[in-house]
Amino acid sequence: MAEYKGVLVCGELADGTLASITTELLGCGRKLADDLKEDLSCLLASDSVGEAPKEAIAFGADKVYTAEHPALKEYQADSHIQVVEKLAKDISPRIILMGQTSMGRDLAPRLAFRLDASLTTDCLELSIDSETKLLVQTRPVYGGNAQATFTSDVMPQMATVRTKAMSPLERDDSRKGEVIATKIDIDTSKVRTKILETVKEEAVGIKLEDAPVIISGGRGIGGAEAFQTTLKELADLLHGAVGASRPPADNGWVPEALHIGLTGKIVAPDIYIAIAISGASQHTAGCTGSKHIIAINKDPEANIFREAELGVVGKYEDVVPALTNKLKELLVG
Amino acid sequence: MPVNMIVCCKQVPDPEAPPSVFKVANNKMTLPPDVKPVIGQYEEFALEAALKIKDTGGGKITALSLGNSFVRDVIKKSLAVGSDELILLEDEAFEGGDSWSTANALAMAIKKIGEYDLIFCGRQSSDWDAGQVGLGIAEMLGIPAVTLARKVEVTDGKARVERVIPDGYQVVEVALPALIIVTSGIGALRYATLKGIMAAAKKQPVIWKSADIGLEPSQIGAAGRHSKLNKLFQPIKEAKCEIIEGETPAEAGANLAVKLREAKLL
Repeated sequence: MAEYKGVLVCGELADGTLASITTELLGCGRKLADDLKEDLSCLLASDSVGEAPKEAIAFGADKVYTAEHPALKEYQADSHIQVVEKLAKDISPRIILMGQTSMGRDLAPRLAFRLDASLTTDCLELSIDSETKLLVQTRPVYGGNAQATFTSDVMPQMATVRTKAMSPLERDDSRKGEVIATKIDIDTSKVRTKILETVKEEAVGIKLEDAPVIISGGRGIGGAEAFQTTLKELADLLHGAVGASRPPADNGWVPEALHIGLTGKIVAPDIYIAIAISGASQHTAGCTGSKHIIAINKDPEANIFREAELGVVGKYEDVVPALTNKLKELLVG
Repeated sequence: MPVNMIVCCKQVPDPEAPPSVFKVANNKMTLPPDVKPVIGQYEEFALEAALKIKDTGGGKITALSLGNSFVRDVIKKSLAVGSDELILLEDEAFEGGDSWSTANALAMAIKKIGEYDLIFCGRQSSDWDAGQVGLGIAEMLGIPAVTLARKVEVTDGKARVERVIPDGYQVVEVALPALIIVTSGIGALRYATLKGIMAAAKKQPVIWKSADIGLEPSQIGAAGRHSKLNKLFQPIKEAKCEIIEGETPAEAGANLAVKLREAKLL
């Protein structure tokens, strides 16, 4: 049996630089590797990785494996997995980390089954058991109504980590590390899917993930219109973005890209105003990282008031326009 | 072209039940008896995806589920809405398994079923939320998989799938047989018709035990798992929401604005 050693982070690039999830994974992976007294490696696979390997080292990696190939430009499971599978077999990491992102959700389970590994998805916490040296993996279950802690019975131990759950290290460009270019030979006959078209659907304006203020609406909004008027007016005033819980997205009142929650986007703005959202755990899973949550709901028993620090009980049609008008007055004065 | 389909469904406690009723005791989730089991929300979408294909091109749908203590009326909803057959992998030996042992058992059952063009799964179960089993089945069967589908059409031996990505969607083409993992956006599962409910009542599900699908005891339940649940718990949350009052809801809204300003939040 191979000896499993070290921690491998499967990195992602965003607009040519290291994605924020990858800096978070490196921060978490660094601590795990230090506890094990082993190396932290990072894989970067794309058509071109640019300066990202240097960034990965500055954020904590000891070794960066690069894989550059035209077929890796757009994520496609059957081509990306060839790179990760080969590296995992070559270097036998004890721990493999990925983001609970569009790529990680799609790639991690495939890889785990291929490597005969164990996988815990959507982890909020990871640590090393001081006695067994096993990776202790904590994740939410039952739609966020409970949490569970797992350990692996087999190696390697794989985990995907929720975005914004871990903190990156301070960037330190004086850190030293090694960049290793891997030989890539992608067998295109094993790529069984074909991307015919990629369509952007994001609403115009501030990106949800970057917005300092989010005005979010739920099932109780009742239709598409108020998202465009009542909610948007408040969002515009505060230079924020409009979001939603799952029902408005499922009903087509807003595009899926605005869906915040366990199976949508995970956001952590300074201010999150939840309007006519009951506060099911599946939704709050996507916004608990917000600095301040404010709830407006006509039902005083709504679960969202357990999450919020400030609240108003009342119909949003009455409360929100008054809130917007008063804020307009106060923000000018 | 008639399409031969298998839909994997799971019976779960109603995930829409209010958060306050979810209580952990002795490392297990316990729910009051008035919280009824349901077919998981994403498996309902998976069923709808298959039914839409059957609507246009015809075909056969086999619903497949693993578990124990199935409530017949709940799991038979798959038949009532239009599936042709229901196979239950019902065996106490499956207790204590994980995503790995579950995917393995479902893959073995699918091999026993033999013929299929498309397998549908939900993106994640509505209880454990792991999102692994569908892709695990595809790996074990050695067939391609497309995840996060919100629309699926079949033409000329190929499936065209709209796959949700963070800022939009992709149109992905895959040759059959393939496994499709469905997310919301496909449309809510249709209601069962009275005729459908009557027909389902008459139909008996096929029951397979672990031995019927060629599984050894070492591959099942806790013995066949790759990861171990150590602890199930509920972090304590202190609710300390300050409710802003007012003579009318509008006044309360205006008072909230004042409060936000005073607290220098805005």
